[in-house]
Amino acid sequence: MFGHKVTPKGEKTGPPMPHDHPFDPHDNHLDPMEARVRALETILTTKGLVDPAAIDAIIDTYANKVGPQNGAQVVARAWDDPDFAAWLRRDATAAIGSMGFTGRQGEHMNAVFNTEGQHNLIVCTLCSCYPWAVLGLPPVWYKSPAYRSRSVIEPRAVLAEFGMTLPEATAVRVWDSTAELRYLVIPMRPAGTEGWSRAALAGLVTRDSMVGTGLARVAA
Amino acid sequence: MNGPHDLGGQMGFGAVAPEVNEPLFHAEWEARALGLTLCSGALGRWTLDESRHARESLPPAIYYSASYYEIWIRALEVLLHRHGLVDAGDLAEGPTRAAPDPKRLDAARVAAALARGTLCDRPIAGPARFAPGDRVRARNLHPRGHTRLPRYLRGHPGRIEADHGGFVLPDSNAHGHGEAPQRVYTVVFDGAEVWGADAEPGLTISADLWEGYLEHA
Repeated sequence: MFGHKVTPKGEKTGPPMPHDHPFDPHDNHLDPMEARVRALETILTTKGLVDPAAIDAIIDTYANKVGPQNGAQVVARAWDDPDFAAWLRRDATAAIGSMGFTGRQGEHMNAVFNTEGQHNLIVCTLCSCYPWAVLGLPPVWYKSPAYRSRSVIEPRAVLAEFGMTLPEATAVRVWDSTAELRYLVIPMRPAGTEGWSRAALAGLVTRDSMVGTGLARVAA
Repeated sequence: MNGPHDLGGQMGFGAVAPEVNEPLFHAEWEARALGLTLCSGALGRWTLDESRHARESLPPAIYYSASYYEIWIRALEVLLHRHGLVDAGDLAEGPTRAAPDPKRLDAARVAAALARGTLCDRPIAGPARFAPGDRVRARNLHPRGHTRLPRYLRGHPGRIEADHGGFVLPDSNAHGHGEAPQRVYTVVFDGAEVWGADAEPGLTISADLWEGYLEHA
C-alpha cells in the first residue's frame, strides 16, 4: 500500500500480546485494521504530524507507569489515613494529585466511598470516560455496549456477571460519567487488616473494586 | 444527537463478558491506534468534544460492529480529512515528506503532556440557577449536534446534589462554536422515576449535567 514498508516493532517495547493473536512482524498478510493503522501512521509520520517515538512513549506510559496500581495506592492510603480520606471526599483532584497522579483523564476527580448501605458503580453510557490517571486504560468490557447499556438499568444483574451479589439492603448508586469529572470508587476495607502496611493493603485493591464491579480482596 | 453511542437502558447486547487476565491491547495495531489518536489530538486542530462527536457520528451499523479502537481510528480519519491534515493525494500517491509541524508531540514531551492533561473547568460569572437540594427535570431536548445529556434521563425529575462550577459546554465546543462555559451539576435520579416499575429496588443514578440541560421541577 503506497510503498509502505512494514516496520518491525521490537518485542522490548511492545505491549503484552495474547497468545491467540501473535504479532509477527514478518507476516505480510496483515489484518485489515493492522494495515489501516500502519498506513495512517506512515502518512502522519511522513508529513511531520506524528513522532513514532511519541507513540512508543504513550504506550510505555500506560503499559508500565499509569495503571490500577496508582489507584490502589490511593485507596490503601484512604483506608489507613482518616485525614487523607477526608481530603479525598472534599477535593479528590488535589488529594490524588498530591500522590503524583495527575493529568489526562484525571484532571477533575471525584472519589466515592462504598458503605454497608450503598455500593457505587461507575459507567460512561455515552462513550468510555474512565479515570486514566488512577486506573490506566479501560478494559474492553467497560467500553462494551453490554456494560454501557445495562449498568444504569440493571446494575445488580451486571454485578452478578462479575460474580458479585450485594445484600438486598445495600442500595446501588450508579454514576454515569457524562461530563469531565472522573470517578474512583473507594471500596470498603476488608476485615482483619488492622495494622497492615499500606503496601500490603494496596495488594488487596483490584481494578474492578475501584470501578465498582468488584470488592477488595479478602485478607488472607 | 440521538446516535448509536447513547446506550443507557438499551437492550439486546447480551451479557457483559469480563476477560480474565485481559491484556492491555489485543493486537499491536490497537496500541498504535491509541498513540496516533493522542498524538493527532495534540496538534490542536480539534477539541476532545469534536473527537467524541466524530465517533458517535459513525454510521450505527459500523459503530456497533467495530471494536473501540476501530471506532477511534475511523473517527480519527474523519477528523484528519476535515481539518486538511490528510487528503486524497496522500492515499493515492503517498504522502510528501514535510518538516515537523510546530505542534507535533515529540517523544520528549509525552510525559509532561500526559501528566498535565487538558483542564475543562472555566470561571463562570453570575449566580447559579440551581442549588443543592433543588428539584429539577432533565429537559426533553433532541439536538441534532453533540450533547452529553443521555436520552434515558430526558424528561425525568431529579435532585441537585452538587454544583461543580463552570465547564466547557460540549454542545457548543464540539462544533467550533466556542467554549460557552456553563455550570455542571451532579443530578441524582431515583431508579423508579427513570425506569418505572421495572427498576431494580434501591437504585439511584446520577449524571453530571450542564445547567442548560435542566429546568426547575
